[in-house]
Amino acid sequence: MSARDEILGRIRSALRDTPSVPEVPRDYRRSSELGEEELIELLTDRLLDYKANVVVEQASAVPRRLAALLEGTGRYAVPHGLDQSLFAEADGFDGGSSRRVTDAPGHRLSVEELDAVDAVVTGSAVAVAETGTIILDAGPDQGRRVISLVPDRHICIVRAGDITAILPEALRRLDAARPQTWISGPSATSDIELERVEGVHGPRTLDVVIVRG
Amino acid sequence: MSGTFLGMPSLPVFGTGNLHEHEPFPKAAHRELGNTQLRANLGHATGTIRDKRLAVVSELPDWEGLREAGRAIKESVMARLPDLLEKFEANFTARGGKIHWARDAGEANAIVASLIREQGADEVVKVKSMATQEIGLNEYLEDQGIAAFETDLAELIVQLDHDKPSHILVPAIHKNRTQVRDIFLREMEGVDPDLTNEPARLAAAARAHLRRKFLSAKVAVSGANFALADSGTLAVVESEGNGRMCLTLPETLITVMGVEKLLPSWEDLEVFMQLLPRSSTGERMNPYTSLWTGVTPDDGPQNVHLVLLDNGRSAALADEMGRSALHCIRCSACMNVCPVYERTGGHAYGSTYPGPIGAILSPLLTGITAEENNSLPYASSLCGACYDACPVKINIPDILVHLRGEDVDSKRGKKKLPSQMDLGMKAASWALSSGRNLGLVEKALPLGRLAAGPDRKITKLPGIAAGWTQSRDIPAPPGQSFRQWWDKEHRAPAGPAESTAPVEGPEGES
Repeated sequence: MSARDEILGRIRSALRDTPSVPEVPRDYRRSSELGEEELIELLTDRLLDYKANVVVEQASAVPRRLAALLEGTGRYAVPHGLDQSLFAEADGFDGGSSRRVTDAPGHRLSVEELDAVDAVVTGSAVAVAETGTIILDAGPDQGRRVISLVPDRHICIVRAGDITAILPEALRRLDAARPQTWISGPSATSDIELERVEGVHGPRTLDVVIVRG
Repeated sequence: MSGTFLGMPSLPVFGTGNLHEHEPFPKAAHRELGNTQLRANLGHATGTIRDKRLAVVSELPDWEGLREAGRAIKESVMARLPDLLEKFEANFTARGGKIHWARDAGEANAIVASLIREQGADEVVKVKSMATQEIGLNEYLEDQGIAAFETDLAELIVQLDHDKPSHILVPAIHKNRTQVRDIFLREMEGVDPDLTNEPARLAAAARAHLRRKFLSAKVAVSGANFALADSGTLAVVESEGNGRMCLTLPETLITVMGVEKLLPSWEDLEVFMQLLPRSSTGERMNPYTSLWTGVTPDDGPQNVHLVLLDNGRSAALADEMGRSALHCIRCSACMNVCPVYERTGGHAYGSTYPGPIGAILSPLLTGITAEENNSLPYASSLCGACYDACPVKINIPDILVHLRGEDVDSKRGKKKLPSQMDLGMKAASWALSSGRNLGLVEKALPLGRLAAGPDRKITKLPGIAAGWTQSRDIPAPPGQSFRQWWDKEHRAPAGPAESTAPVEGPEGES
């Protein structure tokens, strides 16, 4: 008998008392009623608690903010689907010569190239204010999972309209089958005497730009 | 398909691998208790996590609702396990993943090794995983000439020190920063000789040590925290980013997962991703969670394998009382609140699964009659703190008591001379079965006074009762029993009628 059939047989045999399938009580919180300002405030508070850096901007001010964040940074990576006009001012800093490298379907950045850039800028799919979690689902403005992992600094753009208060609301906006990365602050460890240290193997710095409007 | 089992019932097949005590718990605990450094490190660590956990749990107004939902979901998973496994398999396979089934540790190890060899690789990077720890994968691969590099900081510390993990969440919890620095200086190639014991410096050393490995590894091995049946999705919950490195960089990913880790659907994840981080590290959310469904073209590993592991889980499932131990999501909240674990540490339990959950899970997976695993259900004060802390409400104390009963029953079946305890109990049973018998026993009281000697204290009892008198004396029994006194006091100037009514038994007294 194959291992598969044998294991399934053992499990069926173990259940010969036919245990009942209980109703799952879903009376935990599944929705909330926070307004946009409250959501921004809560998400900001939780991200700061994780030692992420947070700024809140109007949409029109994002190119200027990105330019400021990227000032003094060498090369940085972006996914092909992120609005490239966001970088108009950042590119201006060094006289138009672009420090930007784009990860695109026909032109994938190698792991070595990603290891050599100083930062990556991505969008995001959804955020959960209560837990300070930003979820990337590999959409065109977020790119492959690896690009937000290898560079030492991740600058992540979160649209205010994509912020939910609690986790169940966020999951309803997502498709399970898409590859996902949930990010709550920068990489961290508490393995030595439970003292939290930011930055082990993933990005050591997480900058979040929350965009109003 | 029918939910009713129609085939021949089979005997449970127990698990193998790192699930056994190496010596009886009382003996191991006695030795570990002498390690003051261990107790200091553990006391600090468990105390810190307890406080953090309490703070983030009390933030949630619906915590009890989430626990109750978590319990019910897991119960329904166990009841429908064969159907859910087939559903998961179909969905994972449809998206380009490959499923392998392993009856026990040996079979799982052989499957993983052959998958690695197929890729022509002789080393792998590893995400911390209880399942691979349970089957002893690293040791097996080493024998096969394949090097497995642990990439979680704590697992790395333990691996470099040729030690064993002592906690399922923070495996190096028993070591302090200075011990970690000494291990790095001794075992890590090319480490800065001026390395200090600051946690940030130590983490940076580990980052530098593993970076090249991540970027060049061809094959990674991981466990999984959850598997979603209705989409075929796997989830890994972690903090450091080493998990993301392993799950996205190599071409081949091999995941080993116990069959009990399934959840029916995507919406169930909303319950468990609230329960797990808060219960385990006391955080609102862990820094990183990765989810993948089979193969995603152009993103992450293109050869994706899952080894589904039985290794005693079907046997645990067959125990109607104990099966809820399989609800465990490996958060470790139970060990952080356990007064026994806090003093003995994880090594005393021998098995991969220490603490209260280990005390029930290990014997359920191996069978309570397994040599040397039958002392684990006694490794508890039955205080119930673990039940209170468990995010899926596993009634650990009840299962401990149930397994103690199983242990006693299994020993009763064996032919052996009755112990002193058996004889004592038999005598007590006779004496207490009627008032007349008790009266007869009481006649022997003055003998006790003789044993006490002139200081009216009994300082040494024989046999199993000796334990009692090791640290205390027993006062000499009174010269007469209550009945004798009563008879004397009420006996009769009034005549024999009153004195001839000896009490027959408890029900006769009113």
